[in-house]
Amino acid sequence: MASVKNQGKIDKLLRPEAAADKLKLSIASKASRHRRVSAALMLFLTIRDGDKGNSATMKQRLLKDPRTYQILTLSGLLVFGWTARAFEIAPNHFLAIAAAACVAQWLGSVMIAMRPDFKSAVITALSLTLLLRADTVWPLMAAATIAIGSKFMLRLGGKHVFNPANIGIVAMVLLTDAAWTTPGQWGTATWFAALLAGVGFFVTYRAARIDVPLVFLGVYAALLFGRAIWLGDPLSIPMLRLENGALVLFAFFMISDPKTTPDSAISRAVFTAGAALLAYVLTFHFYLTDGLFYALAIASVLRPAIEWLDPAPRYQWGDEILLPLFLKRPRNPRAPAQHAPAE
Amino acid sequence: MNRSLKKTLFAATSAIAAVTITGGAVAFCGFYVAKADTKLFNKASKVAIMRDDDRTVITMANDYQGDLQDFAMVIPVPVVLQEEQIHVTENAILDHLDAYTSPRLVEYFDEDPCQVMYRRELAAPMSMAEDSVTVTGAQKKDGLGVTIEAEYTVGEYDIQILSAEQSDGLATWLTQNGYKLPDGAERVLESYIKQDTKFFVAKVNLEEQAETGLKYLRPLQVAFESPKFMLPIRLGTVNADGKQELFVFTLTRTGRVETTNYRTVKLPTGMDIPTYVKDEFGPFYKAMFAEQVKKENERAVFLEYAWDMNWCDPCAADPLSQDELRELGVYWVGGDGRNIQPRRSSPQPAQDVFVTRMHVSYDAQHFPEDLMFKQTGDRSNFQGRYVLRHPYTGDAQCESADVYRASLPQRFEKEAQTLANLTGWDIEEIRSDMNEKGQTFDKPKKDSWWKRIWNNDEEEG
Repeated sequence: MASVKNQGKIDKLLRPEAAADKLKLSIASKASRHRRVSAALMLFLTIRDGDKGNSATMKQRLLKDPRTYQILTLSGLLVFGWTARAFEIAPNHFLAIAAAACVAQWLGSVMIAMRPDFKSAVITALSLTLLLRADTVWPLMAAATIAIGSKFMLRLGGKHVFNPANIGIVAMVLLTDAAWTTPGQWGTATWFAALLAGVGFFVTYRAARIDVPLVFLGVYAALLFGRAIWLGDPLSIPMLRLENGALVLFAFFMISDPKTTPDSAISRAVFTAGAALLAYVLTFHFYLTDGLFYALAIASVLRPAIEWLDPAPRYQWGDEILLPLFLKRPRNPRAPAQHAPAE
Repeated sequence: MNRSLKKTLFAATSAIAAVTITGGAVAFCGFYVAKADTKLFNKASKVAIMRDDDRTVITMANDYQGDLQDFAMVIPVPVVLQEEQIHVTENAILDHLDAYTSPRLVEYFDEDPCQVMYRRELAAPMSMAEDSVTVTGAQKKDGLGVTIEAEYTVGEYDIQILSAEQSDGLATWLTQNGYKLPDGAERVLESYIKQDTKFFVAKVNLEEQAETGLKYLRPLQVAFESPKFMLPIRLGTVNADGKQELFVFTLTRTGRVETTNYRTVKLPTGMDIPTYVKDEFGPFYKAMFAEQVKKENERAVFLEYAWDMNWCDPCAADPLSQDELRELGVYWVGGDGRNIQPRRSSPQPAQDVFVTRMHVSYDAQHFPEDLMFKQTGDRSNFQGRYVLRHPYTGDAQCESADVYRASLPQRFEKEAQTLANLTGWDIEEIRSDMNEKGQTFDKPKKDSWWKRIWNNDEEEG
């Protein structure tokens, strides 16, 4: 594997046109198309000057990858936080987190002799920047390292177990007082939640995981309203909780990660509803302010069991969107497991 | 597929019942009740909370001004409290904590612009708004599904811990015992009862009170363990006449405290404002706070102070002594009477007490839910601090003095705009007040350009 990769590098350096041919080949080969996207992107970045025609194709690929939208959306939110919400995130915090995440991604990729794909690392870095706070950069960098490291170290059935940003946050919050989450900081401005939800919808729609935030928020809302009705509380209390920007952010940008949710729609619904129930119990009965994050981490540990009961083909970044999403999704439980790149 | 999804949703929703029935919530802090003909009014309160893991000590300052025999207070508490868990302390300690954490003014005096500058600091603490609380008395216990779990006399207070099965039973009990419940209180009581909350009812024992020789009521304290870090404000909003002001002081080991269900916003700080505000700091602070509340759509909790208890700079008051901290429940500092480091000493992390002061102006509409808190690891210092820069008024004669004087109107204008922006005050009024108090906007007379060419030869210095 390593030698093949090195050969590729040599080709690329010595004969750009050969590398371009290889690229065309990889695009033509439908079966390996998705697996090749990240590799092709790397090549695109290197040889785009030599092959304008293929650049256009690559751009299309780039646009098709939901992670592109996710990066744009999360960056937008970060800018919103910086400007409108006056979040106290020093830009160097983001840079430190991103650097740590990319280094970890690179090291991990070298370890398993894969081409490093930095898109997921950037997404993790953005999520961590939005959700985790610290006085110094070290706890944040540690969170980023744990987050990305978990993708390479904690794997089961060819998939990483935890959502990277989620496990980064949980680990730091549990292990140290030096980092903390700020669930209240996003405020409850309804319009903001709506905006976030709208954008989130779009992102998850691109990732063919629109059902996840819907089921999660639906179940969580039902629990909150049920509680309020049972207690005789005004409904403004569950509304206040649901309008929380951090909750919406979690639903659309964390739990909906297609790589760490089950691939079959039924399993996914079970997984998501379970996480929502767990989040509710941890928040309202164990009074854990980080109940959301713990719930997803616990659900992730249980996920392989759910998937074992209901296997489905693995999600690859850039999969076509199917409409209606969870009705027409092809299911082939007997599909051979592909070697998924650690993303 | 659709069917399966529905099934899942149904399963999840029906699980609510199982979960909520077994769950018990805990709650704290209360409301005042009054007899039928007494106007209910509950405006400002000061609460200090020591929090370390589940350990909690809450100190509630009482600024009740009315007839002592009419006083009564109902507070939801998480557990049945033993007599040793209830304590009465001195007002002075909370006043000290208030003074130590208050927003402050700092004065700087511009030095002779021909010389170097020096600075002098003057910190003027802001004490909080005072409002009276009108309440009234309890009489005797009765049945109605209300259990009196315990009864104690602590300090000048007679205390009963009640548990109830139904809110109407509790409401009837309270009414029969001479309390006037505000409309809507029953519904809130119901919510607390379902969360297995107990109720702490306190009234004044007049004999004991006479023995203290004091004209006022001292703060009540309770110590308990609870995983829930919160302050119940809902009962307080029921009988509120308009908005209420609440100051929450937390004493923790790890760092700053913030609310999780509302935004915690830092009060604007560090601005240069016109010097005449020195005489109007009280109105300035109130106006600024009101303006900031408005800017945050009346939904934010404001952070006014976050600091390591070992020091301060500038100090509005000395840091609290170890004895005072211990009295407020900070059990990990020694009780040997030694004072904590004097003012302006360097930070000594060994003390490990971090104070947070939050200020919220709330009503039921904008704050429907109790305040939920969380401790963070944030130990960065924050204070509400406003700067007065007094211009140099001496007779400086040099080129930089001319430049300095020429720059003043612009500086004053900026201060005026800052003040208008912070408080919502009319900018014209601010300008005229500044003019009256010596900060004039008139440009100093400029020498003619030709004079400046040749007068070097004619004048000295």
